[in-house]
Amino acid sequence: MRTIKFLLQKEFRQIFRNRSIMAMVIVMPIMQLLILPLAANYDVKNISIAVIDNDHSSYSQKLITKITSSGYFRLTGYDFSFKQAFKLIESDDADLILEIPQGFERNLVRENKQKLFIAVNAINGTKANLGSVYLLKVIQDFNSDVRLQFIQPVNFNQQPTIYIDSSNWYNPLLNYHAYMVPGILAILVTMIGGFLTALNIVREKEVGTIEQINVTPIKKYHFILGKLIPFWILGNVVFTLGLIVGWLVYGIIPVGSLFLMYGFVAVYLLAVLGFGLLISTFCESQQQAMFVMFFFIMIFILMGGLFTSIDSMPNWAKTVTNFNPVSYLIGVMRMIMLKGSGVENILSQLGSIALFALIFNGLAIYNYKKTS
Amino acid sequence: MKQFLIFIRKEFAHVLRDRKTLLILFGMPVVQILIFGFALTSEVKDARIVIMDQANDPASQQIISKIEASRYFELDRVVRDHQQMKEALKRGEIRLAVIFPANFNHDLLHQHAAHLQIIADATDPNSATTLTSYINSIVQEYLADFDTTNNTSYRIVPELRFLYNPELKGAPNYVPGVMALVLMLVCVMMTAVSIVKEKETGTMEILLVSPFSPFKVIVAKAVPYLILSLINVASILLLSVFVLDLPINGSVLLLFAESMLFIITCLAIGIFISVKTNTMQVAMLISLMGMMLPTILFSGFMFPIENMPLPLQVFSNIIPAKWYYIIVKDIMIKGLGFGAIWKETLILAGTTVVMLVISLKSFKIRLS
Repeated sequence: MRTIKFLLQKEFRQIFRNRSIMAMVIVMPIMQLLILPLAANYDVKNISIAVIDNDHSSYSQKLITKITSSGYFRLTGYDFSFKQAFKLIESDDADLILEIPQGFERNLVRENKQKLFIAVNAINGTKANLGSVYLLKVIQDFNSDVRLQFIQPVNFNQQPTIYIDSSNWYNPLLNYHAYMVPGILAILVTMIGGFLTALNIVREKEVGTIEQINVTPIKKYHFILGKLIPFWILGNVVFTLGLIVGWLVYGIIPVGSLFLMYGFVAVYLLAVLGFGLLISTFCESQQQAMFVMFFFIMIFILMGGLFTSIDSMPNWAKTVTNFNPVSYLIGVMRMIMLKGSGVENILSQLGSIALFALIFNGLAIYNYKKTS
Repeated sequence: MKQFLIFIRKEFAHVLRDRKTLLILFGMPVVQILIFGFALTSEVKDARIVIMDQANDPASQQIISKIEASRYFELDRVVRDHQQMKEALKRGEIRLAVIFPANFNHDLLHQHAAHLQIIADATDPNSATTLTSYINSIVQEYLADFDTTNNTSYRIVPELRFLYNPELKGAPNYVPGVMALVLMLVCVMMTAVSIVKEKETGTMEILLVSPFSPFKVIVAKAVPYLILSLINVASILLLSVFVLDLPINGSVLLLFAESMLFIITCLAIGIFISVKTNTMQVAMLISLMGMMLPTILFSGFMFPIENMPLPLQVFSNIIPAKWYYIIVKDIMIKGLGFGAIWKETLILAGTTVVMLVISLKSFKIRLS
């Protein structure tokens, strides 16, 4: 016990002495939480649309007004030929082309049915998908407006209709920040935990001080614990800072219990720190450790469901995400912070993370050799 | 010249000796391409939902079977009460719940109006919106079938066409992004670190006192990374053509020429960082924080730039990767020629010249 106390004292001195670590722990989370949610914004509001109006009727005008006044679209081109509108797509000045064919109004009234043509620049699938969904919604609204003009009020209505009442739970204003902030918080905790531990041990190797520790009677688990505990505390500090920034800047107050969140993060940090330790036992230089960590964190983030939903992934990829600790933390953070899920809802995730912690740390202790 | 070649050989030996880093350098692009190409799709599909059918009549049954048949939804189960539905939403098992009130069919037939309730888990706002609209169109479709005799009047039928990427795959968007990212990593970070390493370990001094011109020392450092990067570009392109079925629509030659230009830009930035810093840690941090993160954030391949607040939009213009990303997208996906990208090319060339001039001016051939 006394040995660990001395080791901890040493680690904390080194951490507090090193300005760049302190800067990373304090400044990075704040900067990232300030900039990332602003940048990582898939709120749909500025979809540029080019309209080719071949009809020039009062209906086509009404439709265009409805589209521009919906707040989602920005009219960047009007009254071109398709060829010209396509040029706008090529130069990225338009995301969507809406073509209103000639005789739109006349056909709609006389023949009861009229087509509209929409072409979407689908290179960025998410944007294309949302843009088309919103445009279809506006067109549907317009369609029911038109119908209302010709059909009697609902009660005498011979046309069967189904009214869809949709409600958005947990995030009724569809605030995108509320979705991103818990996820980014998860990434931050992972980065600080993983990177710092890995770099720290490899630095001892590079500088050669690890030899000095190896020749002392310090036990393997003493050494590992001495490295784990300080960074575990730092991880919690980062997490707390992140919560405060989320509350002050984005007004996100966790719906669920804070206690539960800290509990989960506590176990999670053990897993990530164990992973960092494991990496560090394999690497000889800080550069290597950095690259290897970067490689894994990249995969963890991409496969963690931060930006794209795991549900839409193919089955093999879903299986891979089961082995990704970050995906659990992102999921749980969103559940507790936004939905107020209780401990009974996250038991399986907690179990998996605890298992990860055991495996990573076990391997790290096994793989750390005092003699070379 | 012979001296120069020997120097390049020395640098190659440095790079090739570190197997782990090398593995990452070549493994990373491959893994990223595979993940981006196969795992990440922007399409929302297979969303698990529950249905609470209090009506249990022909109309609700038919709509349910239509929803089941759709590839966007996967019916988790049919629940009986609100409590179960709430539980499922809270546990994150489902994304959406559809509720049919009692007498659904009756209302539809006799009052010509029925209500249907959708409750979406809006923690992910965009997929909630998308899924709600899918249910909406399924119901509209049902109504159109239901009403064959009457023919729904005044119907506008939008015809949707997705250009360039009809299946909404992730690859067309991500491949150019990954190229920019990998080149940034290899050229900026590796070059900066390798030069600073020489400073830190003290071998720079030895190189400087040799009769070899210091300028050539730096150029020799950059050559291996130039070649590594070209190999990476080639392998990414091969993977995307043969594994991801993403053809190169424009000229391959032009694509390589532009990539070459971007690589040189990155090398110039790497040299610039190395001239200005003295320890590896600082060089690594600057290239990671200053170049990698902005590349991911502001090149436009992950997040749409036009949604950002104006100051960030302006800031994104100084990120070289943004211009390279536009160039690759235009050549590779849209199949455009040089006429469409001369502006971006000019910006990259300008950046390169400025970076090189500043680095040369501030390069000290004497140690402090």
